[in-house]
Amino acid sequence: MATTLFDKIWDAHIVQAIENGPQVIYIDKHFIHEVTTPQAFAGLDSKGIKVFRPQQTVATADHNVPTQNQLEPIKEALSRKQVETLIENCKNHDIELYGLGHPFQGIVHVIGPELGITQPGITIVCGDSHTSTHGAFGAIAFGIGTSEVEQVLATQCILQTKPKKMRINVDGILGKGVTSKDIILYIISKISTSGGTGYFVEYAGSAIRSLSMEARMTICNMSIEMGARGGIIAPDEITFAYLKDKKFSAENFEERVDKWKQLKTDEDAVFDREYHFDAADIEPMITYGTNPAMGIKISDTIPNNDDAGLEKALQYMDFQKGQTLIGKTIDYVFLGSCTNSRMEDLRLFCSLIQGKQKAENVTVWIVPGSKQVEKQAIAEGLDKILKDAGMALREPGCSACLGMNEDKIPAGKYCVSTSNRNFEGRQGQGARTLLASPLMAAAAALTGKITDVRSLM
Amino acid sequence: MEKFTTIQTSAVPLNMEDVDTDQIIPARFLKATTRDGFGDNLFRDWRFNADHSLKEDFVLNNKNYTGKILVVGKNFGCGSSREHAAWAIHDYGFKVVVSSFFADIFRNNALNNGLLPVVVSPAFLQKIFTAIENNNAAVFKIDLENQEIEIVATQEKASFDINPYKKTCLLNGYDDIDYLLSMKDKIQAFEIQH
Repeated sequence: MATTLFDKIWDAHIVQAIENGPQVIYIDKHFIHEVTTPQAFAGLDSKGIKVFRPQQTVATADHNVPTQNQLEPIKEALSRKQVETLIENCKNHDIELYGLGHPFQGIVHVIGPELGITQPGITIVCGDSHTSTHGAFGAIAFGIGTSEVEQVLATQCILQTKPKKMRINVDGILGKGVTSKDIILYIISKISTSGGTGYFVEYAGSAIRSLSMEARMTICNMSIEMGARGGIIAPDEITFAYLKDKKFSAENFEERVDKWKQLKTDEDAVFDREYHFDAADIEPMITYGTNPAMGIKISDTIPNNDDAGLEKALQYMDFQKGQTLIGKTIDYVFLGSCTNSRMEDLRLFCSLIQGKQKAENVTVWIVPGSKQVEKQAIAEGLDKILKDAGMALREPGCSACLGMNEDKIPAGKYCVSTSNRNFEGRQGQGARTLLASPLMAAAAALTGKITDVRSLM
Repeated sequence: MEKFTTIQTSAVPLNMEDVDTDQIIPARFLKATTRDGFGDNLFRDWRFNADHSLKEDFVLNNKNYTGKILVVGKNFGCGSSREHAAWAIHDYGFKVVVSSFFADIFRNNALNNGLLPVVVSPAFLQKIFTAIENNNAAVFKIDLENQEIEIVATQEKASFDINPYKKTCLLNGYDDIDYLLSMKDKIQAFEIQH
């Protein structure tokens, strides 16, 4: 029978199917961080059990860390305790920790791929919904809750009901100033914030195939924003080239590639749901509301519908129905998060701001996704380009994506952000988030206003 | 996990769609290392002003609405995977959340904490909202064994689906981890051929 890529990987990881129930799925790699694990380790300790396969778990500190002066003790007591608890738990259970000060520290969904831990054909979970990022490599990767983190630590398995399958095809050539962030914001705006719920999504089509690995990660990362459990892209030569020299994937590389080449959806495989989009229809995107599906092409205006959710969102954002966003004054720009904090994002941002000055009314936070990204950015002189433009490169972490650490956007302020969620208060109590690509963020940083980046290119 | 038995109580209506877990429990309250006390900050920024005073118009602050059932619009619990959202709702005192549609991760997290997510049709959900609107103290009966929700005053009933395995877990207070730990031999055998 013809099967999908998702079926092939999922079915190869079923340890046991429970009659009329979920399946016991084997997890190859487990990423953990400080926020969603302390209660899981406490659960193990209370039962007197040790982590079953510590070598298959990798830890980092990212959500709750400062992005300046990282080597000094964390000022906030609860944050410090949470990070210290992770260190203690990793020590007690022999888990590799890339914590603060380690050359591999960074956002969990940035370090997994850049270290070659993320590989095609494997199953990956993490107590974080953006675990879907790793699907860009042809892996099944999804976010889980803390009880499930405890299950994986204890047994390397998880109980899951197999999701339905969706394929989203994007064909054609992307226009000027259009990035993979715009592709995914466009798709979510079409499918809605719940259109993918119950599904696992495969992204296909010529526009997806043409993307780099980092661009593909941005797409898979935001699968959860339409409700999908995860996104997956079949591995190809671009995937193999990315993994060739990575720390944990370089060994026996040819052998691995032979196996990875089998990982694709059969031609006549059937999906429960399928969408087709034309890349030429996509423009630079921006969100105007309080969920990621509330997005428009930059040349469009805010919808004019009678909808309670829209009205509540516009009240929060202080926008009007039918309004254009172009020219709206903003206060902050945030380049970072597991969606857009990799080298290509920094390069793209710097390509636009090089030799220019940021607008005076804007505070700009540039947060690399990992220590390795930070190091490479400095090696390429991007820190200097940023400095000359009146901006600074901070240290790695989730930063202003989630209003948890020190980096919060103040109430009422507008932030053009390359992150993934524009929920009420997501970037800080009362903060107003406008999601966009690194290029659109650069345009806003230069002009101090929401700007169609194509007018600056 | 505590056992789930049949309950009969009034309900609190939150007639909003796409409520994300950042609203249920904002990230700044995720710094704890235990599971306790999250109920205090449930819907924090909808319940309280910045100066910690109560927002009188938010439904949880309306004394007319009480009970162990939270009734919500579709796509409840979308966004972040934080299990703290399920902990906060349960810790606040709810035993059941009723909607026409839950986000996947939230639903799993709820089930793992003895918080029963009940999915009804959009039409029946509207009937529930209407029943509460007509009588703030309207009582509902949730019978997990028979997979039924009833508007007690009118005896209108709807059945709801639940995975039989999860139903057994809830009725008996079993945790998934106990089941998985009992599978260790099988898991080790799987690893050898994997």
